[in-house]
Amino acid sequence: MTIDLNAYQTEGFFDEMLVRPNRARSYSKELAQFLRKLDEGELEARQVAADLAIKEMGVTFTVYSAEQGSMIDRAWPFDIIPRIIPRDEWQRTERGLIQRVKALNMFINDLYNEQQIVRDGVFPEEVLAESKNFREQCVGIKPPMGIWAHICGSDLVRDADGVLYVLEDNLRVPSGVSYMLENRQISKRVVPELFDTYAPLPVDDYPTNLYEMLVSISPRKIKRPTIAVLTPGIYNSAYFEHAYLAQQMGASLVQGSDLFVDKDDLVQMRTINGPQQVDVIYRRIDDEFMDPEVFNPESMLGVPGLMRAWKAGKVGLANAPGAGVADDKVVYAFVPEIIRYYLDEEPLIPNVPTYRCMYPEEREYVLEHIAELVVKPANESGGYGMLIGPRATRAERAEFVKLIKANPRNYIAQPTLQISTVPTVVGKGVEPRHVDLRPFILSGKKTTVTTGGLTRVALRKGSLVVNSSQGGGSKDTWIVES
Amino acid sequence: MLSRVAETIYWLGRYVERAENTARLLRVNAQLVMDTPRGVSPGWEPLIQIAGLQGSFADCCDEANERNVVRYLIGAGDVPGSILFSLGAARENARTVREILPRSAWESLNELYWYSRDHVQQGVSKKGRDAYLDEVIRGSQQLQGVFASVMYRDDAHRFLRIGRSLERADMTTRIIDVRSTDLFDEEQIETQTLDALQWISVLKSLSGYQAYRRVRETRVRRSEVLAFLLQDPAFPRSVAHCLNGVEESIGGVGNGQRVLRRLRTVIRKTGSLNVAKLSRQDLHQFLDDVQLGVMRVHEEVANTYFLLQYDTSQSQSQVAS
Repeated sequence: MTIDLNAYQTEGFFDEMLVRPNRARSYSKELAQFLRKLDEGELEARQVAADLAIKEMGVTFTVYSAEQGSMIDRAWPFDIIPRIIPRDEWQRTERGLIQRVKALNMFINDLYNEQQIVRDGVFPEEVLAESKNFREQCVGIKPPMGIWAHICGSDLVRDADGVLYVLEDNLRVPSGVSYMLENRQISKRVVPELFDTYAPLPVDDYPTNLYEMLVSISPRKIKRPTIAVLTPGIYNSAYFEHAYLAQQMGASLVQGSDLFVDKDDLVQMRTINGPQQVDVIYRRIDDEFMDPEVFNPESMLGVPGLMRAWKAGKVGLANAPGAGVADDKVVYAFVPEIIRYYLDEEPLIPNVPTYRCMYPEEREYVLEHIAELVVKPANESGGYGMLIGPRATRAERAEFVKLIKANPRNYIAQPTLQISTVPTVVGKGVEPRHVDLRPFILSGKKTTVTTGGLTRVALRKGSLVVNSSQGGGSKDTWIVES
Repeated sequence: MLSRVAETIYWLGRYVERAENTARLLRVNAQLVMDTPRGVSPGWEPLIQIAGLQGSFADCCDEANERNVVRYLIGAGDVPGSILFSLGAARENARTVREILPRSAWESLNELYWYSRDHVQQGVSKKGRDAYLDEVIRGSQQLQGVFASVMYRDDAHRFLRIGRSLERADMTTRIIDVRSTDLFDEEQIETQTLDALQWISVLKSLSGYQAYRRVRETRVRRSEVLAFLLQDPAFPRSVAHCLNGVEESIGGVGNGQRVLRRLRTVIRKTGSLNVAKLSRQDLHQFLDDVQLGVMRVHEEVANTYFLLQYDTSQSQSQVAS
């Protein structure tokens, strides 16, 4: 039997391909037809071919293996059915992302300088005071063009209402863009017919855009500044990406020990012919490990004196240290206000509605509706100390009511989202699985957004966890003429 | 080019070459054993000595029989110096300099790595061994083809070539050594034919048989074979050719006077060797000396390019790049 889309469940969620069983959305008709017409077992055979291609291309991510007690290199999990987004919707999204990142950069620059937004009472001082990612060491610095977050990866999810929401902004060292590029290469191999039908917009201008953005922040205005990608090394989970991007840009891939800062505050690489000055560093190391002179003194990954060189304007750093201050759950809740404040515009992409318990009205709402909400502590990450209202017991809810009342500033709450699904290969057939979308926004002399982004998919039935280290996979994302 | 990158690429070149030559070593020995009358065959033990693995081999196996030696050198248990170990190390090195290598080179190496792992059971079986070793050699040659045809000729390529050439020179002497250290006396060799057969095996294992026949005499004689494998600059696996390649690449990188001095000592010694008058013991001694010379060259390459000491506060006084 071939693939039967009548059995495909769309109940309760927005499915990106089907409106209801066997009824495709206008831009998915050809994809649905393609699936229906495949011979028995062919879908599975193509998935196997894709997995083999990924192994031979060596597209990997690194995870800790408890079994082997060490870091191992794993093949990148990829599902061959593309996720389709119509172009007009994407253009609106793109404008919204550019607006959002522009405001976030203005916000970060303001926080490290005049703090006008705090003085005007739009952003509360106490939230800033408790921010884990605010770096005192960056106060008073004005990087070129006022840009701190040169590379931003924003996670988008589509709720049951069909609307795309921003779930979070990653402003420190967002990863995943190399997989977006490799996914396209593999799609071309395994579903070439669909390219004839859809002609998805190409994605491969990203490395060029990244290179040009990095050149634009070089302190030396020379024709070919030396660009380096700073990696923690081969045991980092995103090492593949670091090497990939360096290769695509023709940049040097360096580790901390390859660099030093000289007495003139210039950053130098150790080459076979002696030192060579580095103009721009795309650093894929967290703030805390970047410079043992200023941050974590135990760090073996960083470069002593790097902050000194940056402050002196002798090297460009992307992202700027301290950019993570805007990458925080409570700050997130303020982004719509931040956009209005700096740009005097309405946000084009909505936030997931977020209730800040520090405000009495919003707190009242949270306490009344706690059974429907997800409650998150402000200063925890990785899902710790969370309450998922609909799944919690009465006692657990009562406990959180007490916690919120005791320390309202420490909690935010959001409605539980019904994030959208896409058809995904399961054995010989297809089943719906939940997805998110991470586009990447580059800010330099000009601002560019990836065409689509990385679609991550929770491969386990019913799961909402899209992280590759926890059973998540990925899909190629196609922006198509509608 | 970063010192770390230069060093990594150099070792990448060495490890790939080592894997290929270990495969060649296993094949030549298998041929040799099959061509030798029962009772006089030196067996498989010499391979362990030639690879310099006596110590670790003793920890794993009691007896240096065919099964144990083959398993050991292919590397069922990830033994240092084995094929699997070398390819694994080559791949790890390639991973850390992935941005420098042509994409197709990485893919080729990655494929070879997976092949060697996924088919290791075939490799250690008597029936499947030859095909497995053949595939390893073929994979390595495919990779060399990628390097030759698409890699940009800059310092990265030069360090790759330096590593590869030093390793190849070293391994060619080791492969000749299989023949020279066999335990039976010359009197035990009953006929000239047997002697010739064995040298033919050595030539074939280094893919040099056809060229030898074409440019040397039709008879395969020990002294001619030695001249061919040690001194003929036109044969790509000869010691002379490999060392000349190192000399050329060092010249291209620059700043290598100390390396060149050591290198030229080995080149002179090889060139002036009188192959006709060499006793078996002398040959063995000579091969040992070449291996030692190669090691010295390696040390100097490392001192000159990989281990540069910087006074980080005084970089102005350093050589500008």
